[in-house]
Amino acid sequence: MSAILLRAMQKDQSGTITAVKVGGELGRRIREMGMVPGTRITIMGRAPLFDPVAIRIMGGTLTLRNNEADHIEVEIANPGENL
Amino acid sequence: MATISIALAGNPNSGKTTLFNTLTGARQHVGNYPGVTVEKKEGSYTFATGEQATIIDLPGTYSLSAYSMEEVVARDYLVQEKPDVVINITDASNLERNLYLSTQFLELGVPMVIALNMVDVAQDRGISLDAQKLADLLKVPVIPIIARSGKGTAELMAAALELAKENAAWNPLHISYGEDVDLALQTMTERITAAGFMTENYAPRWLALKYLEGDNQIRKKGRAYNPALDAELQEIVTTVSAHLDKTMEAHPEAIIADHRYGYIKSVLRQEVITHKFDVDRLHASDRIDKILTNRFAGPIIMLGVLMGLYKFTFTYSELPVAWFEAFFGWLGTNVETLLPDGHLKSMIISGVIDGMGGVLGFVPMIMFMFFGIAILEDSGYLARVAFMMDRVFRIFGLHGSSVMPYIVSGGIAGGCAVPGVMAARTLRSPRERLATLLTVSFMNCGAKLPVLALLTATFFAENQAQLMFLLTLLAWVVALLAAKFLRLTVLRGDSTPFLMELPPYRFPTFRGLIIHTWERTWQYIKKAGTIILTISILIWAMMTFPGLPASEEDNFTRQHQEILTASPGPAREALKNEASPLPEEALQLKKKLTALDSEQAGRALRHSLAGRIGTAMETVSWLPGFDWRTNIALVGGFAAKEVIIATLGTAYSLGETDPEDTASLSETLARDPHWNPLVAMALIVFVMFYAPCFVTVVCISRESGSWKWGLFAICFNTAFAFSLATLVYQGGKVLGLAG
Repeated sequence: MSAILLRAMQKDQSGTITAVKVGGELGRRIREMGMVPGTRITIMGRAPLFDPVAIRIMGGTLTLRNNEADHIEVEIANPGENL
Repeated sequence: MATISIALAGNPNSGKTTLFNTLTGARQHVGNYPGVTVEKKEGSYTFATGEQATIIDLPGTYSLSAYSMEEVVARDYLVQEKPDVVINITDASNLERNLYLSTQFLELGVPMVIALNMVDVAQDRGISLDAQKLADLLKVPVIPIIARSGKGTAELMAAALELAKENAAWNPLHISYGEDVDLALQTMTERITAAGFMTENYAPRWLALKYLEGDNQIRKKGRAYNPALDAELQEIVTTVSAHLDKTMEAHPEAIIADHRYGYIKSVLRQEVITHKFDVDRLHASDRIDKILTNRFAGPIIMLGVLMGLYKFTFTYSELPVAWFEAFFGWLGTNVETLLPDGHLKSMIISGVIDGMGGVLGFVPMIMFMFFGIAILEDSGYLARVAFMMDRVFRIFGLHGSSVMPYIVSGGIAGGCAVPGVMAARTLRSPRERLATLLTVSFMNCGAKLPVLALLTATFFAENQAQLMFLLTLLAWVVALLAAKFLRLTVLRGDSTPFLMELPPYRFPTFRGLIIHTWERTWQYIKKAGTIILTISILIWAMMTFPGLPASEEDNFTRQHQEILTASPGPAREALKNEASPLPEEALQLKKKLTALDSEQAGRALRHSLAGRIGTAMETVSWLPGFDWRTNIALVGGFAAKEVIIATLGTAYSLGETDPEDTASLSETLARDPHWNPLVAMALIVFVMFYAPCFVTVVCISRESGSWKWGLFAICFNTAFAFSLATLVYQGGKVLGLAG
């Protein structure tokens, strides 16, 4: 178990959000889309130019730019572990 | 009972519009909320029991904060208009996130029914929901529906009617946001209640909550209402923020959002929702995405889709466009024979009929474009285009969705900026959208092409194909750099968060597509039509008045007479009787008369207001090397770029020049000593980048919600084009290219 930034996550990697460190409009948008501490996410893939990133959250798919993902810390689940 | 008012609210992609269409059918009315460009849709519904309801389709939002126009509009509507019931439509396959908005409705206290939409999709995904349990826990009716087929909507409306009849007072839900926030909330609520602070419209605890969330709209209202109490409340917020920052490294608004989700999770955990499969399981939609957003295949498929949209819009609309043209041509011919010669006839033909033709000529194109985009939008593909293109467009301060308007406007040479400007509606980020609106007109639209083709064919015949290709690239470079320039100056500001949903792929409903297309097309006709007609008549007047002085008119009439009397009698007779084929002598006579008419038209044009403007402009237009004839043509080009060629022909006394057949004009230009490849190049760049045609200007103003931006487009583009053309001409002269 280790906490890393969402940007650093690999495709198909899963984890649980531990912190969202941004306020203002971006912070609010991130939270209202369900990215709050305790929520589980999985990386679905990245755009052809490696940015933005697509993630699976609460059964839906979201996409955000890498510089937006920089504000989100995630605790990575060990491979095979089911949260 | 009076008509019941029902507000339809929910997340984007929750099926809100589908439900609205299912409930109201064609009985819809689209307008705008006062002062903003957000669409206001209303429709009517009749209950099985005979009661009437008005349904208002609120803009789709994820939250009720006051960051976007849509959110402000939705919230103001609920608070000020107090609808009898809110139907909150939620996506059952994505319930947890959808309930975030529902929770905020509960906090506001509006009477609400929750529609659990797409229960069939949820079931396919192995999600089973206990609607009754959810209703018990949230204390509001919850009705499972399938908006697409209409299943469950009767029950939904019955529940809404029942709730409306209860006419109960608003009953805000109180959630606990943690000890610190709760304590501050309590103190603030007490003070708000004691002072009667805006309590006629809002619940005290809700106001306190908005203060803690740092809601700008509420704060502004509060400051105006009671500055002393506003300061007091703000002080409490500052104190609790400092405390939370120290102890938890978080702002109150973050803690409030976390607790809202905590509340939702606690509700759903009580056996409301059960997943049969692993939540990460790949659905059909994800498998499609594996191909459509694949690193290699994705961009290629996207290119194909965009080319397809382009082809669909411009190729298939050709036939109806031709019908319109034929109709207005027929109308023109009839008026020609019916009315006596004179200004009235000239105004009706050149002003009214051509103007109407101008407005309606765009209609098929706009319809086809909106239909194509509606398919891409409703199916969910448009979000993928934004996803794939964002990295490129972000460099220029734009958004991934900007690609569509650029392509339609002529990113593939030959588009049209009018549907292009309208395609920018798919952008939700205000600054990015405006930058797109203002720069799409730099693309080489179909009306600029004949002008570019004429000039390249006349002066650069050997490299015409390569040059035309380079000009398309130049348009892209200029448009993107101009967008960047705007985003660094007048539209300065951080990029709007890109963060968005990639909704599951869905088959669009035919009814949805038709309503969507028709609505937007009708708006264009209604809003742009009247203005365009007015401007069209104005431009006609500019190019007609003042007419030639009487002495000169007489002079031309006399010459006409002289030619006739000098000609042999049989030739005159043959021409008069429109004999066919005309004998050689009559042909000669006709040619002479036409030449005289053309000369008169040329003189009249120079004498008119437009001609005088053109002549006066020579004082500056020598910089890019344009003479008065070119200037007049460019003034005329503001009506529509294809007019440039026709006007240039008139100015050179060649008579009406058909943009499709420019051989004589091309010869004249090649012979004229004023013209050389350098002048032609300067004119090419000027035509590409100067003021958009006024139909585009009208659309820019409409879409941006302000005439200021339409005017800005005229001035900014013309100034830019002028500088660039001057640079080309003067620079070329220095380099000795003027030969």
